[in-house]
Amino acid sequence: MKLDSKIPSGPIEKKWDQHKFDMKLVNPANKRKFKVIIVGSGLAGASAAATMAELGYDVHCFTFHDSPRRAHSIAAQGGINAAKNYQNDGDSIYRLFYDTVKGGDFRSREANVYRLAQVSVNIIDQCVAQGVPFARDYGGYLANRSFGGAQVSRTFYARGQTGQQLLLGAYSALSRQIGAGKVKMYNRTEMLDLVLVDGHARGIITRNLKTGKVESHAGDAVVLATGGYSNVFFLSTNAMGCNVTAAYRAYKKGAGFANPCYTQIHPTCIPVSGDHQSKLTLMSESLRNDGRIWVPKQQGDKRKPSEIPDAERDYYLERKYPSFGNLAPRDIASRSAKEACDEGRGVGETGLGVYLDFRDSIKRLGKDVIEQRYGNLFEMYERITDENPYQVPMRIFPAPHYTMGGLWVDYNLMSTIPGLHVLGEANFSDHGANRLGASALMQGLADGYFVIPYTIGHYFASHKIEKITEDHPAFKEAEAEVNQKINKLLNVKGSRTTDSFHKELGRVMWDNCGMARNKKGLEEALKKIPSIREEFWNNVKVLGENENYNVALEKAGRVADFLEFGEMMCLDALRREESCGGHFRTEHQTEEGEAKRNDKDFSHATVWEFQGVGKEPVEHREQLEFENVALAVRSYK
Amino acid sequence: MNLTLHIWRQKDRNDTGKMTIYKLEDVSPDMSFLEMLDVLNEKLEVEGEEPVAFDHDCREGICGTCSLMINGKAHGPRASTTTCQLHMREFKDGDEIFIEPWRAEAFPIVRDLVVDRSAFDKVIQAGGYISVNTGNAQDANCIPISKEQADIAMDAAACIGCGACVAQCKNSSAMLFVAAKVSQFANLPQGQAERYARAKNMVAVMDDQHFGSCTNQYECEAACPKDISADFIAQLNRDFMKAGLTK
Ligand SMILES: Cc1cc2nc3c(=O)[nH]c(=O)nc-3n(C[C@H](O)[C@H](O)[C@H](O)COP(=O)(O)OP(=O)(O)OC[C@H]3O[C@@H](n4cnc5c(N)ncnc54)[C@H](O)[C@@H]3O)c2cc1C
Ligand code: FES
Repeated sequence: MKLDSKIPSGPIEKKWDQHKFDMKLVNPANKRKFKVIIVGSGLAGASAAATMAELGYDVHCFTFHDSPRRAHSIAAQGGINAAKNYQNDGDSIYRLFYDTVKGGDFRSREANVYRLAQVSVNIIDQCVAQGVPFARDYGGYLANRSFGGAQVSRTFYARGQTGQQLLLGAYSALSRQIGAGKVKMYNRTEMLDLVLVDGHARGIITRNLKTGKVESHAGDAVVLATGGYSNVFFLSTNAMGCNVTAAYRAYKKGAGFANPCYTQIHPTCIPVSGDHQSKLTLMSESLRNDGRIWVPKQQGDKRKPSEIPDAERDYYLERKYPSFGNLAPRDIASRSAKEACDEGRGVGETGLGVYLDFRDSIKRLGKDVIEQRYGNLFEMYERITDENPYQVPMRIFPAPHYTMGGLWVDYNLMSTIPGLHVLGEANFSDHGANRLGASALMQGLADGYFVIPYTIGHYFASHKIEKITEDHPAFKEAEAEVNQKINKLLNVKGSRTTDSFHKELGRVMWDNCGMARNKKGLEEALKKIPSIREEFWNNVKVLGENENYNVALEKAGRVADFLEFGEMMCLDALRREESCGGHFRTEHQTEEGEAKRNDKDFSHATVWEFQGVGKEPVEHREQLEFENVALAVRSYK
Repeated sequence: MNLTLHIWRQKDRNDTGKMTIYKLEDVSPDMSFLEMLDVLNEKLEVEGEEPVAFDHDCREGICGTCSLMINGKAHGPRASTTTCQLHMREFKDGDEIFIEPWRAEAFPIVRDLVVDRSAFDKVIQAGGYISVNTGNAQDANCIPISKEQADIAMDAAACIGCGACVAQCKNSSAMLFVAAKVSQFANLPQGQAERYARAKNMVAVMDDQHFGSCTNQYECEAACPKDISADFIAQLNRDFMKAGLTK
């Protein structure tokens, strides 16, 4: 496997412009002759599909959802970053670039991040033109809010529903192309394999979720925009359907998988309420602007929060990080909460929670102001927990939220398989070891609206792509494999449900490859996961048949992939002998308990190459060069 | 608490389907409604019966996937709440709960409680957009939009496309859904160029897709988990009439 990042030469500010000029073009009349297969209709997939269809490509777009509008992007709350400097507070493309590289703990590729910051301004323009109702101030101009990890106000938002509004914008652009016959849309259709011909990605195998029909789709290039893999933990803030299958099956066909161990644990989520818990709900980061986080000083203090006087409370973030206080970055805030609970000072019935308290800000600003700022979040909290956060402090706990790792891509967003491109959360590129708030939406739309439409043309123009059809033996072979796997799942006829395996895997991942990791735990997980997987294939119970709408079968296929993928995550975490961003190895910390990077040995992206199930994948490295931002210790004290 | 569930089971589109009774014990009031169904499904699977199929994804009240008729009410008893955000503390020990799919000609049943809502997508494809290609946009702040106007557009844009309005309406009308999209753009300067054509084209496809007509009962507004106002229907009617006049 050769990792050529294809970073253009020249000064960083000029790279993208020069590259756009240097790339080969496809003549407008010829574009319709190229068929592009796009898997995913979230921000990344929908924006890519719409834009490529506008350019004239023959686009076929697939989603397992019942409508492209339901992709998980819809759930993003807080906002989207852009270096507009509308607030005149000193923002610039360079500053957004710098903040992102630093926020990612110096584990991302500079050239990609710079381009992301450059096109961020076009995204906002495009979305406004589409009718996305961003918040405005009284003069009628766009409003901004601040997010963690930045000292300027550059986050655009639409109430607490930014992801929804951006996705509906991309969905409307996509719908226009579907209506015009330029995009063929396949809903409730799940990609189950990638097909290679002569080493190039030439199509996919899908299953129609309503009829069970397994089908082939041949094309000239394949684009995956299939989202992240936080659900490997079973409990996460991701939607129930989010999974790693598309990316993982591409990995099994030869695409390199980069930094799988980089996962983001979000500090403010509603804690688990019992064994029945199916997912976790995020409470927006913005709450930390006015809420104070604390636990009792004493272990096992079971008094009501109102009965604990200030002197007996530990506002631990304010104590440990006086300059950032409650607005310390996500990875740091999450780890501190875990520490407090590990010390036996956690709150709530399970002891796995900390308080997020609005008492003081209500006193200072009045209840009305707090209600205006966070009313909908308070309501959501009350609906779920039956507690009134105006009167008692919220209880929160960290939860898996976002995955920085993903399929490795070069500057053109192409994976190690020629013709296979990867966009959005599914790729690894821009956030390094930790993503800043409001930057995932930005990245998804940057990839889809402003990068892939250019780079895919270059791929077509610089390769000779023979026409093939679904009759090619490679498709028949892949179809047979997919069918065989489905039959295998249906025929185990064991005694345990898929969910029970997923939960078991999730627990192992959370305990050993979650907020804090160490050698012993990871080695243990690497022993446990194969045995869970083995039991799965001998004892899972998947009822019903293939030829019908069968949720149990869908789920079993996805969990089977998580059971292989989790092993690669733990291996990656074990090999990265340092702490950086969301990856915290307890062996590698400073005396004060902060993450300790090892730039000498680990300034690289680790890229794994599949060798077979249960076999150790081969490790490759892309060395990261920092020519514009000096490597420094991230300090938020 | 212990519950008696009456759930619509239907193997596929051609099956006639029927209500089936299930007893469920030890339901915690802290469970969400869908978690209660997860527990039932886990139990059914262990006992060798196929799980009840129902649609859901985000479980945060925003994706619009969940869609259950609970005791005759779209999304159940709690106002302004999607099924996934409904919790079992709204019910009490010994309750009988009737769970059915959305019923409308435009939403054929896929299986059990899952319906096909692609008719909504078709309506959007007919005009639920502003025709602007990527790359055409001017600077975002070149179009000032008053806060009030932007807020109205946002109120309309909050629709999650779940279809509760259609399910609750005795005519299975999709007017509230269409009105929300039409009004979002009608209240923004960017949406003016195609304003009347949009209303006309979307209504035409709405009729084609077998949604019924609106007789001003406003059941839709009451059922809407996102509190979309029926005033938007008046706006749609006005724009639709104008489209006819300006033709
Ligand atoms: C609760 C929450 C809040 C968030 N808030 C913010 C925020 O405020 N700001 C921010 O910047 N980011 C936020 N994020 C992160 C951000 O929402 C996501 O990273 C981003 O939306 C991912 O977009 P995507 O297009 O890459 O993938 P997704 O939106 O996840 O889309 C994936 C698509 O792929 C399809 N798909 C997947 N696998 C297959 C398959 N095998 N076959 C067919 N189709 C498939 C799915 O159907 C779907 O259409 C938040 C995330 C969560 C969980
Ligand atoms: S599951 Fe998304 S709105 Fe209910």
